[in-house]
Amino acid sequence: MRLNINGKDVEVTDVDETTPLLWVLRDHLGLVGTKYGCGVAQCGACTVHINGAPMRSCSVPASAVAGQKVTTIEGLASKDGKLNAVQAAWIEHDVAQCGYCQAGQIMTATALLKSNPKPTDADIDAAMAGNLCRCGTYIRIRKAIHAAAANIAKGANGEMISQN
Amino acid sequence: MSAIESSILSADAYVQDMLRAAEAQSAIGTVSRRTFLKVTGLVGGGLVLAFYVGDKGVALANAKSTDFAPNAFLRISPEGPITLYSKAPEIGQGIKTAFPMIIAEELDADWAQVKVEQAAINPAVYGRQSAGGSRSIPTSWNQLRSAGAVGRAMLVGAAAKLWNVSEAELTTENSTVFHKASNRKATYASLATAAASLPVPDEKTVKLKSRSEYKLLGKRITGVDNRAIVTGQPLFGIDQVLPGMQYAVFVKCPAVGGKVVEANLEEIKKLPGVTQAFVLNGTGKPTEVMPGVAILAKSTWAAFSARQKLQVKWDESAASKDSWTGYVEQAKKLAAQSGPDSIRNTGDVDKVFAESKPVEAFYTYPFIAHAPLEPMNTTAVFKDGAIEIWSPTQTPEAGLKLVSDVLGIAQDKVTLHQTRVGGGFGRRLMNDYMCEAAAIAKQAGVPVKLQWTREDDMHHDFYRVGGFHSFKGGLDKAGKLIAWQDHFITFTQDGQRPTSGGDLSPDEFPAQVLPNARLTQTKLPLKIPTGPWRAPRSCSIAFATQSFLHECSVAAKRDHLEFLLEIMGEPRWLQQGNEFALNTGRAAAVIKLAAEKAGWGKPLPKGRGLGLAFHFSHAGHFAEVADVSVDANRKLTIHRIVVAGDVGPIVNMSGAENQTEGAVVDGFSAALGQQIDFENGRIKQNNFDTYSILRMPNAPKVESYFIESDFTPTGIGEPALPPVAPAIANAIFAATGHRVRSMPFTKEGYSV
Ligand code: FES
Ligand code: FES
Repeated sequence: MRLNINGKDVEVTDVDETTPLLWVLRDHLGLVGTKYGCGVAQCGACTVHINGAPMRSCSVPASAVAGQKVTTIEGLASKDGKLNAVQAAWIEHDVAQCGYCQAGQIMTATALLKSNPKPTDADIDAAMAGNLCRCGTYIRIRKAIHAAAANIAKGANGEMISQN
Repeated sequence: MSAIESSILSADAYVQDMLRAAEAQSAIGTVSRRTFLKVTGLVGGGLVLAFYVGDKGVALANAKSTDFAPNAFLRISPEGPITLYSKAPEIGQGIKTAFPMIIAEELDADWAQVKVEQAAINPAVYGRQSAGGSRSIPTSWNQLRSAGAVGRAMLVGAAAKLWNVSEAELTTENSTVFHKASNRKATYASLATAAASLPVPDEKTVKLKSRSEYKLLGKRITGVDNRAIVTGQPLFGIDQVLPGMQYAVFVKCPAVGGKVVEANLEEIKKLPGVTQAFVLNGTGKPTEVMPGVAILAKSTWAAFSARQKLQVKWDESAASKDSWTGYVEQAKKLAAQSGPDSIRNTGDVDKVFAESKPVEAFYTYPFIAHAPLEPMNTTAVFKDGAIEIWSPTQTPEAGLKLVSDVLGIAQDKVTLHQTRVGGGFGRRLMNDYMCEAAAIAKQAGVPVKLQWTREDDMHHDFYRVGGFHSFKGGLDKAGKLIAWQDHFITFTQDGQRPTSGGDLSPDEFPAQVLPNARLTQTKLPLKIPTGPWRAPRSCSIAFATQSFLHECSVAAKRDHLEFLLEIMGEPRWLQQGNEFALNTGRAAAVIKLAAEKAGWGKPLPKGRGLGLAFHFSHAGHFAEVADVSVDANRKLTIHRIVVAGDVGPIVNMSGAENQTEGAVVDGFSAALGQQIDFENGRIKQNNFDTYSILRMPNAPKVESYFIESDFTPTGIGEPALPPVAPAIANAIFAATGHRVRSMPFTKEGYSV
């Protein structure tokens, strides 16, 4: 099947049609930033963007997204390594504890700020409710999203950048 | 007793040992300087050996390298970079940032230029290498300070020689030595080669900084792996890939102790992508390898899909038949009497209870799972009688030994690489998944990544044990608490000792500070494995004791703050000479601070209340006040949780606040909605749809305050957790008059 990942067309062979996108990314394409947490769309660790919308890649067959634009955590920063505003805010606010959920959190937050550049606490809660953090970093995630929103308003990069 | 039953019992003993080791108060014996330096070359695999100790104990430069590496914790290259090695597993507690900060402080290194690497797993060099019991900071504090200070002393020595001035005239800052008098300076990089030729001074002769001189410690420093995390780099165990690697699942009996009779292996081997399928009888120990079926495939998904078709006939004759509802029934029947084991009996509680009617209550808490977000996994390759392993473990040191035992190979044939760990919480003090991967890799003869599913993780944990407390409290005429009785109903695997995490100390607060106290115990037989869960024992016992204390102050018609302070009494150590013991003065100070910051005593609207709780664990003193509203449908609004703690000086303020916030979320999450149910030995919860972790909309606001006393700094990963549940339960009572006596609160009709 032919997939478009982070702006690049890739041909994936020897994959069963039903294989979730998550495992094609991780096992076949070596993009391990997208994480497995539950496999049943409960935790959000596997969140990627499909045509800009956040989706749980553990619950989407890879074959179903052929020809659509998939962005993963590896595709957020620009080729020269410049982070997007959400990633930068995550570092600045020292959000991570174990860090395992954070790729998924950042993907969801980036999509939120694209559609709602000035979210309230309630908007953030609603958008982020599908992303579990077992370490309990929610308080900092909220702060970091507000900070990223403010920086985007000042001209920082809130885009998902394609790597090619 | 069958072989597998005795194996299970010895596994419980192992878990208890791990818990004790994690909580041990002294560092594991220090290594001789010579060994320490000799093996420096093992550090940060791939780097050239920089120095070894020559016959006269002098660090000699390797011909190929001019780096300065006086010990295994730091390396300075003439080209500039300073590399610091963090020896303990990073599990989300922030140690990979905190440890190098301590070295950098004494070294006077420019933090902005420092590079941090995970140290090699080599206890002969590093001493204790594990993450548990909140012990990393106190057990490594002096070791790391000395490591940095020795490095600094040698760099200063090199500059003194170069400029022909006395060392006393030199100062250091930002990786540079200064001679102010002559306005000269030299970077550490420029001095590295010269420093390398000096003898390594005895660390006892090297002066350490006083707290007032700290420039880095106590500041808010962001995590050293943050950039790699936010860009999705392969840091974790699950991210490891080896050439030619196959993906494995391992299917065990849903009731612990079941053995494989037969399985449809031939059918499984024919499934798409499957490469091998075989039975492993294992060692029969839940801490090592239980009997099960391994399926290897060309991808994780092929392995996951194949296991759906797997049919195993289990011999469950020795397997667990444990039933939670059965235990609850038994415990309720036992509540009225005392237990057969006497844990403490001081003064005369009966006399007090005869003189005035005691306060009585029965508390329950369930088994819960750790459920770290990264499911268990390990990558391993077995070749030529040796194994190499990449694992997200909390106890690499113990893992080395366990794998060598399980495979029957010498420990020097085991190489272990520590990966970042996607959440620990005590689960990964056990290395069962590491042993499984090792055994599968050996049998399969190919590189293997073993991947547990979330369901495997939920079904095969070492659970936080549930328990029951039947309390009586006695007050004198002035309303002072003078008697305390607890019949603790817990569990045992071997009929002798309580199961891991299910023991009650004779010195459990407040029994040790009251004139009359009787603690007794009943142990119900259990086969399901249990183990340490973030703040073991304390995470559950504090809920019962701190809630019941509040019941006593309510019965006495006293203000709870004043009541708690009265129990603490005069400031004193409860164990003379042990600065890691409870100090009633430190306790009173955090209790007062939390109350003050929370506005204790101010009038609140109807349906809203403040709850106060204190708990001492892991050498940390913590008091917390919850501000909670409860509506007519028992829906909770947590306005904020105020946390006041004393763990000595804070190493990294950002890390400390992050841990406190996380502990509050974790404590509330567990108290509100978590329970592992089991019937016929089988765990009923499967995944996050039936095992609820708190989500963002319900995360309470947390305010953290630290009293930075001058004691040795101690860990902060655990002690902020225990007071959370009782503070909230006490606030619910203050708001509504309803007493919550069991966790999870959802079972009592509460929601968020
Ligand atoms: S792994 Fe996809 S939502 Fe949890
Ligand atoms: S940081 Fe550990 S799960 Fe979120």
